[in-house]
Amino acid sequence: MPIYLDNNATTPMDPRVLEAMLPYFVENFGNAASRNHSFGWVAEEAVDYAREQVAKLINADPKEIIFTSGATEADNLAIKGVYEMYASKGNHIITATTEHKAVLDTCKHIEKTGGKVTYLEVKPDGLVDLAELEAAITPETILIAIMYGNNEIGVIQPVREISAIARKHGVLFFTDATQAVGKVPVDVQKDGIDLMAFSAHKMYGPKDVGALYVRRKNPRVKVTAQMDGGGHERGMRSGTLNVPGIVGFGKACELCMNEMESEAKRLSIMRDRLESALMELEEAYVNGNREHRLPHTANISFKYVEGEGLMMGFNKDIAVSSGSACTSASLEPSYVLKALGLGDDLAHSSLRFGLGRFTTDEQIDYTINAVKNTVLKLREMSPLWEMYKEGVDIDAIEWAHH
Amino acid sequence: MAYSDKVIDHYQNPKNVGTLDKSKNNVGTGLVGAPECGDVMRLQIEVDEESGLIKDAKFKTFGCGSAIASSSLATEWLKGKTVDQALAIDNMDIVEELNLPPVKIHCSVLAEDAIKAAINDYRVKNGLPELTLEQKPH
Repeated sequence: MPIYLDNNATTPMDPRVLEAMLPYFVENFGNAASRNHSFGWVAEEAVDYAREQVAKLINADPKEIIFTSGATEADNLAIKGVYEMYASKGNHIITATTEHKAVLDTCKHIEKTGGKVTYLEVKPDGLVDLAELEAAITPETILIAIMYGNNEIGVIQPVREISAIARKHGVLFFTDATQAVGKVPVDVQKDGIDLMAFSAHKMYGPKDVGALYVRRKNPRVKVTAQMDGGGHERGMRSGTLNVPGIVGFGKACELCMNEMESEAKRLSIMRDRLESALMELEEAYVNGNREHRLPHTANISFKYVEGEGLMMGFNKDIAVSSGSACTSASLEPSYVLKALGLGDDLAHSSLRFGLGRFTTDEQIDYTINAVKNTVLKLREMSPLWEMYKEGVDIDAIEWAHH
Repeated sequence: MAYSDKVIDHYQNPKNVGTLDKSKNNVGTGLVGAPECGDVMRLQIEVDEESGLIKDAKFKTFGCGSAIASSSLATEWLKGKTVDQALAIDNMDIVEELNLPPVKIHCSVLAEDAIKAAINDYRVKNGLPELTLEQKPH
């Protein structure tokens, strides 16, 4: 089996999650909305239990959990739902340029319908500037949408400070916490979160199930449903509930609740070991703030080597992800890395390592070796490396752009 | 997206990686692409002055596996050709030989550009007029 270090893309399902789900396909197949027979009751009971497991992990009330198909749907529901529900209060949303596409594209959609959106630049370490954030608030501002942990660089935003600013100005705070929930302690009370999107498949649960947390007290938050139908999930998200998926999501949350602390410790030790070994290479740079960071993520640029070419050196054995986008027609590298102020060359040279529950020390050893060897091999083949070594100023060359 | 066997082979065992002495009159050097675009190719030819044949060709490439394979293949094809024959190498020949998918065609275009840039450098060094080359879309 190849080594899987792309856990920010998705995680393998924990076998204990699968085990919890299995009875809800064939035997207990009922519709959780069927109120008048035992098939429905069994399904409803399973969903209620999962809702408690999910709520507990983030210190919410079970009634505040709206199940969705995943974080993308939850992002859409939160942003569009607040925009429509609070239209009489204002039409301005503040977000950041390093958000996930599910947030950015939803905001672009809102702009098309007449809303106003401010996209905050981030600091070179990836963190939002709190003074800039506060300065961007206008009387029309209804929502601040800033993610918890970044999917590409792992940087954790100062969520408590952001929510305090939001509260001070009577603005709602939504966070996409897809990468953070289950990895680091996320507490909607202490963190002051009003709405929060997260997903099962990033925490060893099944795909196609996630949730939107919607605060019910201080303040009571409401979102306009984006799908019309049977009025499930307190009228905010219609559609028959994905019972086995939700059961798996609940189980995944319970496992994270019990194991997150020790897992985070173990992963950050392994991540740091991987990172410091790779940083022994010349001209290697860690992208993003190293202190305020998810424990399992490392994003490193290996200058003068192109990311996709680099991955090809070991992608039979190791799965990682690159900020380079040589496969896309646009040739544009990662917008997140560019938002940090990285030149396109460094953005093209980056690899993202996402460790996970099933990552072993042996796998890290193997990866260190394979990445190092490939970087060295490709640098021998790189004209830019040769120029750098000869002291040629690469930035001074007039490159033909195409 | 999976790579073709030929791309993998050139990536793992690249042919003619290296540097020729660019100060020599019979060496032509082409440097094309840009770091911002994620690929830079340097291709060099050394022409035998008596026979007019390309006796050596070297490359160094910063780029994805397809870019490395395209330049590696180009150096193989260049050796033993006359400069005029080398000019006839078309990027689509590279696409075909390496089985490049549509998103990687720009790698082959870059290799063709590199060949032509190297030939032009050689021509200018030897008092021949620079050729104006058609720009292929990347």
